[in-house]
Amino acid sequence: MDQSFSSQLVNLLAALLLLIAFAMLSQRRVLTLIKLFAWQGAALAASTLIVAHSTGQTHLYFSGALTVLLKVMLIPWVLHRLIDRLQVRWDVETLINIPATMLIGIGLVIFAFALAAPISEMANTLTRATLGIAMASILLSFLMMIVRRKAVPQVIGFLAMENGLFLAATSATYGMPLVVELGVALDVLVGTFIFGIFFFHIREQFDSLDIRHMEKLKED
Amino acid sequence: MNYAPGIAFQLLQSVFVVLAAPLLMGWVNQCRAWLQNRSAPSIWLPYFTLAKLFRKDAVIAHDASPLFRMTPYILFGCMWLAAGIVPVLATDLPFAPAADIIALVGVFALARVFSALAAMDIGTSFGGLGARREMLIGFLAEPAMLMTLFTAAFISGSTQLTTIVETLAYREFAIYPSLAFAAVAFLMVLLAENARIPIDNPTTHLELTMVHEAMILEYSGRHLALIEWAVAIKLFAYVTIGIALFVPWGIAAAGNWAALPVAVASLALKLGLAGAGLALIETLLAKLRLFLAPEFLSTAFLLAVLGMLTHFLTHG
Amino acid sequence: MIDAVSPLPGSLAVGICWLAIAALALIPSGNAFFARHVAFPLGALAGLALAVFGLEAVWLPAAQMTLPLGMPDLPFHLRVDPLAGFFLMLLGSVAAGISVYAGGYFRDETPGRLALIGLQYHVFLASMAFVILADDAYLFMVAWETMAVSSYFLVTTDHQQAAIRSAGFLYLLIAHLGALAILLCFGVMHGGLGDYTFDALRSAQLEPKWATVAFLLAFFGFGAKAGMIPLHVWLPEAHPAAPSPVSALMSGVMIKTAIYGMVRVIYDLIGGVRWEWGMLVLVVGAGTTLFGVLYALMQHDLKRLLAYHSVENIGIILLGLGMSMVFIGFGHPAAGILGLIAALYHTLNHAVFKGLLFLGAGSILHSAKLRNLNHMGGLIRTMPKTAFYFLIGALAISALPPLNGFVSEWLTFQTALQAPILQNGVVRSLLPLFAAILALAGALTAMCFVKVYGVAFLGRPREAGHAAQAPSGGPAHDAGNMERFGMAWLAAGCFVLGLFPTSFLLMLNRVGVSLTGHGLSNEALESNWLWLVPTAPAQASYSPLIFLIVIVGVTLLTFLLVRRFYHGRVRFADPWDCGFAQQTPRMQDSADAFGQPIRHVFGPLYLMKRHMPGPDDAAPRFSLKIEDRHWYLLYLPVARLAAYLSSKIGMLQQGRISIYLLYSFLTLIALLVLVR
Repeated sequence: MDQSFSSQLVNLLAALLLLIAFAMLSQRRVLTLIKLFAWQGAALAASTLIVAHSTGQTHLYFSGALTVLLKVMLIPWVLHRLIDRLQVRWDVETLINIPATMLIGIGLVIFAFALAAPISEMANTLTRATLGIAMASILLSFLMMIVRRKAVPQVIGFLAMENGLFLAATSATYGMPLVVELGVALDVLVGTFIFGIFFFHIREQFDSLDIRHMEKLKED
Repeated sequence: MNYAPGIAFQLLQSVFVVLAAPLLMGWVNQCRAWLQNRSAPSIWLPYFTLAKLFRKDAVIAHDASPLFRMTPYILFGCMWLAAGIVPVLATDLPFAPAADIIALVGVFALARVFSALAAMDIGTSFGGLGARREMLIGFLAEPAMLMTLFTAAFISGSTQLTTIVETLAYREFAIYPSLAFAAVAFLMVLLAENARIPIDNPTTHLELTMVHEAMILEYSGRHLALIEWAVAIKLFAYVTIGIALFVPWGIAAAGNWAALPVAVASLALKLGLAGAGLALIETLLAKLRLFLAPEFLSTAFLLAVLGMLTHFLTHG
Repeated sequence: MIDAVSPLPGSLAVGICWLAIAALALIPSGNAFFARHVAFPLGALAGLALAVFGLEAVWLPAAQMTLPLGMPDLPFHLRVDPLAGFFLMLLGSVAAGISVYAGGYFRDETPGRLALIGLQYHVFLASMAFVILADDAYLFMVAWETMAVSSYFLVTTDHQQAAIRSAGFLYLLIAHLGALAILLCFGVMHGGLGDYTFDALRSAQLEPKWATVAFLLAFFGFGAKAGMIPLHVWLPEAHPAAPSPVSALMSGVMIKTAIYGMVRVIYDLIGGVRWEWGMLVLVVGAGTTLFGVLYALMQHDLKRLLAYHSVENIGIILLGLGMSMVFIGFGHPAAGILGLIAALYHTLNHAVFKGLLFLGAGSILHSAKLRNLNHMGGLIRTMPKTAFYFLIGALAISALPPLNGFVSEWLTFQTALQAPILQNGVVRSLLPLFAAILALAGALTAMCFVKVYGVAFLGRPREAGHAAQAPSGGPAHDAGNMERFGMAWLAAGCFVLGLFPTSFLLMLNRVGVSLTGHGLSNEALESNWLWLVPTAPAQASYSPLIFLIVIVGVTLLTFLLVRRFYHGRVRFADPWDCGFAQQTPRMQDSADAFGQPIRHVFGPLYLMKRHMPGPDDAAPRFSLKIEDRHWYLLYLPVARLAAYLSSKIGMLQQGRISIYLLYSFLTLIALLVLVR
């Protein structure tokens, strides 16, 4: 595989990642959201593996495999179980209507691309164009966390944000040292479990996962 | 310069598209029937239906104006024109420079406006309802389509469909991430513009959910036949635009007559796959509520815009 | 014969001729024959001559002239260059059609009123000609104000109605705000040196800071006249209030003089266009376009709807201008000229089709006495000829090929597609977004005109008796001969502009060269009459004539084939009622109903006051009122502030002469101290 072809493939996968980020932003159903999250993980893993193959950075193979294991299989499975137990398959509430959210999303993408353009000019790594895409997906996931009312989509937004960060790391510096990556992966996993426990507590307290109820917790 | 072969080919392609279009419709219906576990009708059924309709008398409401009777012919003419612009078998189309992608979108808009006007002509409540809904879908589908095409235009630096196809099919192979966005957006527009599920149901018999069918409720006989045929050509044109933009490989280069058999075979294969895919989508998805249609289409529009932005990022 | 007269004296003669007709119209006569059959047709002939002179001027070098009129030491300067020539052509050709129409339209007026209308109408025409001819700030402002005042009187022709009086007042108010800004702009450009001829202003070197100030003032001042948001509020009030030919003239031509002023001042007088200015113009233009069309979709008064479409089209012109300024600012004059051409082409196109549509609306108003779309229906049966012309106008404004509206939007899209040559990444990705807004507006316009045409001309009459016969008792009739001639003239314009765009492209290229010294690429200039090529044949081309021939040919061929192989048998029956026993014409979609999906999708943009009938209403009524948010967000606070300030200033007024003398005395002392 020659360099330019693999860089094109990585660009394509990064674009897919962004596409999925947009799909998540416009998606109302929790179940589909989890599926999309798994696909996003798959795109991320594939791009990491391609970067690993074309640059010969062996530690990237590990992080790619870790991504598949964790983000394509384990976390989606945990989330699936979680929503089965919590009986929240549907989620129709967003704070802003979806076209408006997507319009804001487009604005964020322009912002991210403009921000990344000068950095990409300087960088000479294989995947410099993906930096902008990575930043855009981070911002989009952040936006998703802001506009969702229910707790589960917010967690998925958080995890998707981590995907974007990971992509940024791969594209800018060919990934972080393996130790750091392992640590981050573990953090994400533990985080997911903690969130899971949290959900049960929220629901026990308020009989709902709507985070608006948390407003009552503040001191008046 | 000898124009004769080009013009001959242009005529050949136009006639080919007009004649082959109902076949694609028949194929989609057949696939859908299979997927839904029904016994499928003949693939030639659309032709039989057209022949039957042509033989019948046209029944027209007392109040109909000349516009009502002209519209089926105008629709058919618009779609035929569109079929002449899209490179289906080869890029050798002398007529293509007369209308680029923007004009192509304009042709579809012209057809839409006339069909909506004809629907309002009789003065029934369903005609108005259909026209209103059709224009609602159109006002978002049209810009989304234009933005999709612009993404391709930015890649090839041209708004000529033939030049775009030549660039994508023959120049050095490259992957364009922007086209991934454009493809998704285009698929969504295709479904909406051709009155397919999830926006509209082409086989519905329930007036309240109709969009396209509500507009043509008053037509019968040869007028209805022309409209149905135009609808088939429109679907064919859209699918071939999709093929030309996203999987152009196999199309014959200008003047290369020897490549034509290969082009026909690859086109048949691609159309077959596209038709099956369309049937699959229609089987898997449910029809959206009418007011979710703008959301669906604005998503398409924004994805197309996003594709354009991605193009500027990766090829800036 | 006409070749013997050079454009500048010729145009001047036309202007004077219009003034003379205005004076003649005042001659008291017993009946209206003179005004209708002599004055207005003469004015139309003069307009035609002006169009020819303008056309000629585009191809000639600029010519100047000084008139020993005006104040001592302040003579009037006149000049005709290609830009002025183009706008003179626009004014003359559109005014010719409208004048003939007006001769037929005013048939029911009393002689006295007709004399007044004739005076104001021709003064209005002459003032627009002098705005374009002016070569110094003094004459420009005089003509500009004459234009505002004469059109004010035309708007308030029916001054007995309070609503029309207040519309006129609003118009006059905003027109003066704009004029003030333009005056200040000339002051800034002048910079305290030399005189106020345009030559002096052109040669003055402004600091970038002051150039931007001048640009902002010009943009505000001319924008107020053009009807860009948020200064558009007068337009949907004033244009419908005027008699229809005057509405056509105001929407078609008068707001275009503002575009002329903008191009003249920004490209020619200030010079050194900056891309930041272009971005401002683009943002305002995009807002104006979307706002205009979305509000147009909510209207049910036909003329008001058309007025909102004028706002939208001004937005489209501004989009073209803005793109042009961005490209020129970044140093790509070829693409910049393409944008300018697109903008000016749309200016001409809009003048033609909007004139036509207003004339059509006038004929409906005149014969069926209707302006509310919700009451119309089925007019195609009683007014088939008007319906035909209106259809051409509707298709043209909806930017459908092969008519003229499409050509200019196509050129604007082509300009936007030049974006990859820009250096600035953000601007580069924003430019196609503006093209997306244009595409959205175009599709929404098509929706709006399907609504207008479907509701007014198609279907069945919604209110019994209205379309079948006018309230006066006689049957509703089609437009008269003179009215039809006026509409046919403009409809032919839609076709000519749509089918032979290359000649206009070359003409506008000449305008661009005279303004900036740059033109389109050579490949573009080699395009012949059949093929429109804005940049290079491989990039884009469009041939409307082939397009039309093919579409008509294929349609006819289909028709003949069907007739040949099948039959032409037709049976007539009642429309299918879907099993519902009683279908009445009132069940058809009304104009408001047609806009309902848009109201749903863009709900937050509108200020809606809706009254829904309750379940136990004895007399259920549904009412809906849509208002402009700008009133509440911008204008009323400003008005309140003004009222508050004037109440404070009012305290100065004590009513005692000695106090007033004291004010003068204090002012004198202060001035002496300052000037010392």
